[in-house]
Amino acid sequence: MWVYEKKLQYPVRVSKCDPLMAKFLLEQYGGADGELAAALRYLNQRYSIPDKVIGLLTDIGTEEFAHLEMIATMVYKLTKDATPDQMRAAGLGDHYAAHDNALFYQNASGVPWTAAYIQAKGDPIADLYEDIAAEEKARATYQWLIDLTDDVDLQDSLKFLREREIVHSLRFREAVEILKEKRDEKIYY
Amino acid sequence: MHKMVDDAYYKQLHELQAVDFVLVELNLYLDTHPMDANAIQQYNQYAELRMRIAHQFESQYGPLMNFGHSFSSVPWAWNDTPWPWQV
Amino acid sequence: MNDQVRYYEPYVSPLDPCPPRRVKSYITPPQLFIPFQPPNLPQFHPYEALMHGTLWPALYSPYGPQKVRQEEEGDD
Repeated sequence: MWVYEKKLQYPVRVSKCDPLMAKFLLEQYGGADGELAAALRYLNQRYSIPDKVIGLLTDIGTEEFAHLEMIATMVYKLTKDATPDQMRAAGLGDHYAAHDNALFYQNASGVPWTAAYIQAKGDPIADLYEDIAAEEKARATYQWLIDLTDDVDLQDSLKFLREREIVHSLRFREAVEILKEKRDEKIYY
Repeated sequence: MHKMVDDAYYKQLHELQAVDFVLVELNLYLDTHPMDANAIQQYNQYAELRMRIAHQFESQYGPLMNFGHSFSSVPWAWNDTPWPWQV
Repeated sequence: MNDQVRYYEPYVSPLDPCPPRRVKSYITPPQLFIPFQPPNLPQFHPYEALMHGTLWPALYSPYGPQKVRQEEEGDD
């Protein structure tokens, strides 16, 4: 089971009301390489992966939910109290028509999240390579999001999330190395 | 009723976030380095430190966790603001 | 100079409508060069670790907004 902890993993500060940036950030909320996709990908793959790497998939999958909450916090703060006119000016008029200021699992273009974004091939190497690719794609997305804002507080939180993709990528690469070793060889420390 | 948080709240929260982050990093590292006794020792040391800091935070600002992992005062304190995205 | 950045010079056509960016870059972060993290790497202190997003300086990858990076590229 899971328990909730009433705190963010990392502080999220935004310095202005900016619904347009909130729209861009949705890419990491309900997009193909976003945090929801990441969490569900790893927590689903863990049922069919060798025992040695189940812990890693469980822990990274759990951390992704903390990142999802950080992205939600950014979107929430950037759109909090934004008027319908401000939402419309940010290209979120269609979002407002369906959702008011509610969050919705969709990407920056308004496409709803789909399970088709994530794979579970049942082959441990194929699945871990997908995970490594997903982390690198999420890292790239964070780079382009950092490029799209001049809010240094928001950039700070996005830089934290970008670095986490790097650490996760390394751990998945190590998981591949662990699965490459023969039964009685020990390559890891 | 909304309790406003003070500067000390942000400071203590930041301390807890820093210590918890070390634990996240060591946890993921140990998932792929299960034989590293030094890292395990550091993990256990930080787990103990974490319990102290979390306990101190909760005594001032209310429960951090649900389902019996934190204690509650009367009335039930879990529902109290602020929630993480509100601060 | 950031050791984690690689540069290339894309083909520029006289018919390209946008002003050309003659040098482009991409990032090669540390995980590409660490096949398996060795034990006992130096660590950041907890607050520094949180700020950097990793406990280990060897895994840290800086990133600045593109505007800043392009100015750096212009210096080369």
